[in-house]
Amino acid sequence: MGESIGRPMVEVRNVSKSYHRDSIEIPVLQQINIAVPEGEFLALMGPSGSGKTTLLNLIAGIDRPTSGEVIVQGTNIGQLNESALARWRASHIGFVFQFYNLLPVLTAFDNVELPLLLTNLSKSERRNRVELALKLVGLADRMAHYPKQLSGGQEQRVAIARAIVTDPTLLVADEPTGDLDKVSAGEIMDLLDRLNKEFRKTIVMVTHDPRAAEKAHTVTHLEKGELA
Amino acid sequence: MFVLNLVLKNTLRHKLRTLLTIFGIAIAVAAFGFIRTIVTAWSAGVEASAQNRMITRHAVSFILPLPYSYLDRIANVPGVSAASFANWFGGVYKDAADFKNFFPRIAVESDTYFDLYPEFIISPDQLALFKAERNACIVGAKLAAEQGFALGDVIPIEGDIFPGRWEFTVRGIYRGRDRTTDETQMFFHWKYLNERIREMQPAREGMVGWYVIQVDRPDDMPRVGGEIDGMFENSRARTKTETEREFQQSFVSMSSSIITSLKAASYLIVGIILLVLANTIVMSARERMREYAVLKTIGFSGIHIVGLIGGESMVIAILGGAIGLALTFPAAGALAAAFPTFFPIVNVEPLTIIIAAGVSLAAGLVAAMFPAMRALRMNTADGLRSVG
Repeated sequence: MGESIGRPMVEVRNVSKSYHRDSIEIPVLQQINIAVPEGEFLALMGPSGSGKTTLLNLIAGIDRPTSGEVIVQGTNIGQLNESALARWRASHIGFVFQFYNLLPVLTAFDNVELPLLLTNLSKSERRNRVELALKLVGLADRMAHYPKQLSGGQEQRVAIARAIVTDPTLLVADEPTGDLDKVSAGEIMDLLDRLNKEFRKTIVMVTHDPRAAEKAHTVTHLEKGELA
Repeated sequence: MFVLNLVLKNTLRHKLRTLLTIFGIAIAVAAFGFIRTIVTAWSAGVEASAQNRMITRHAVSFILPLPYSYLDRIANVPGVSAASFANWFGGVYKDAADFKNFFPRIAVESDTYFDLYPEFIISPDQLALFKAERNACIVGAKLAAEQGFALGDVIPIEGDIFPGRWEFTVRGIYRGRDRTTDETQMFFHWKYLNERIREMQPAREGMVGWYVIQVDRPDDMPRVGGEIDGMFENSRARTKTETEREFQQSFVSMSSSIITSLKAASYLIVGIILLVLANTIVMSARERMREYAVLKTIGFSGIHIVGLIGGESMVIAILGGAIGLALTFPAAGALAAAFPTFFPIVNVEPLTIIIAAGVSLAAGLVAAMFPAMRALRMNTADGLRSVG
């Protein structure tokens, strides 16, 4: 494990989350407390159904806790309304998904440009940023390619370029290597490691893969909705 | 701009499905427009009615004649500025089995009739020639074009209501002043008809089909109608006087059940348009729930998502509606060509275009409503897990 450095970027305080199926309440997370310092690379591990993706969604502002607080960079995101939360996500969070989630009708360039369309940047500024992001992930020569023309590893790298193009402070990754072969998974983890070390991105990653978790500074285990 | 770009790309994502949907809407809109055109063509005579004309007919039935002697008494009623009369002739031209050979053949009081119908444009020379010749006739320009009638041609008619062989020489061709003017009629001298009837069936002499009355002021119509009918209340042929519009409407009313059925069919088509489009949009939106969730995750708002779903629906609806409307015109043209005299005035009315376009746009909006609401209510985390 690497050492934690700097002040907390993410604070999860007494967070519980439960879902309702008809009249049945299904608890998913119970009284979770985590602090993620700035510049940290945290891996969340645990068996299926342990609540790790739910915790990641709460940290990223995609979902809301049933009780407790999630504070990111000093902002209690539970107090933001939906539109404010959407704006906050656009400027603070970069997302990497297991299945890449690129829009199939858009080229790699257009997919990476998506988050920038919500900013006030000019077209040329957007182009520069997209080209820089794609260059960083090693796909500068694939800008005009559609997702179906790329391999899984390349699609995930485009997704990472999309996640970092707005220069967010926090990257959240949900099983980023879960759909990749060993070589591609290694390349993706090297890329995330580089983003953490070279560009000081704070990363919270959910993974099943122990090899992927080796790149993280800290590994936190979840078991049945509680920290193990 | 981004939303529009993505809308267009999404629309072309399943090309066959989109094309079939557009085709389905186009056919439905064309059918809607066509049916409405039939309904408006059916009542074209009503719409073309003059505001200052009235018709006096037999109180029992239109097919019963009135005495010619009523003319002077009607003309002298205060408020009546002119009066004339006409008589349905019927007859058979060429092959009766061919519907194209049917056209209205009407005996008219030739000295005054055309004064009451300023919408029939005829040159003074031709009108003078017509008036001067006993068996002359005037035909409409559309009828002349369809039957190949030219000035000087003789039109042979085999009489049925008025038996015998009749021959009329074309001395004039009238044109319609307005698009709604019927140009498929043939007019000839009532005097000629009366002379021949006097020889063949003396008991039918001196009878006319209906009187046409022009009033000074349309406001006077109820009073004038009342006075005319009052004059003949105790006559052997009682009269019914009504506005020309009401008179025309009475013919349309005879077909009211057909018209009602056609209208009902047009409303059903509106439902079909909606279902066809809604089916496609619901399917498309369901397939893209995860993409909408990704966009929401990245920071796009509900407005963007509504724009994507509604935009795709509107693009399909507008394309389908536009193609359907474009198809309506040749369909209406085919109707006019197939039944030139039964439907003498076939126009795709501006109101039909507006309604058809409105129906398409409304279908686009309504079809998008449910999937858009579903996408807006969707929990983003759930959406990311959804499988399209």
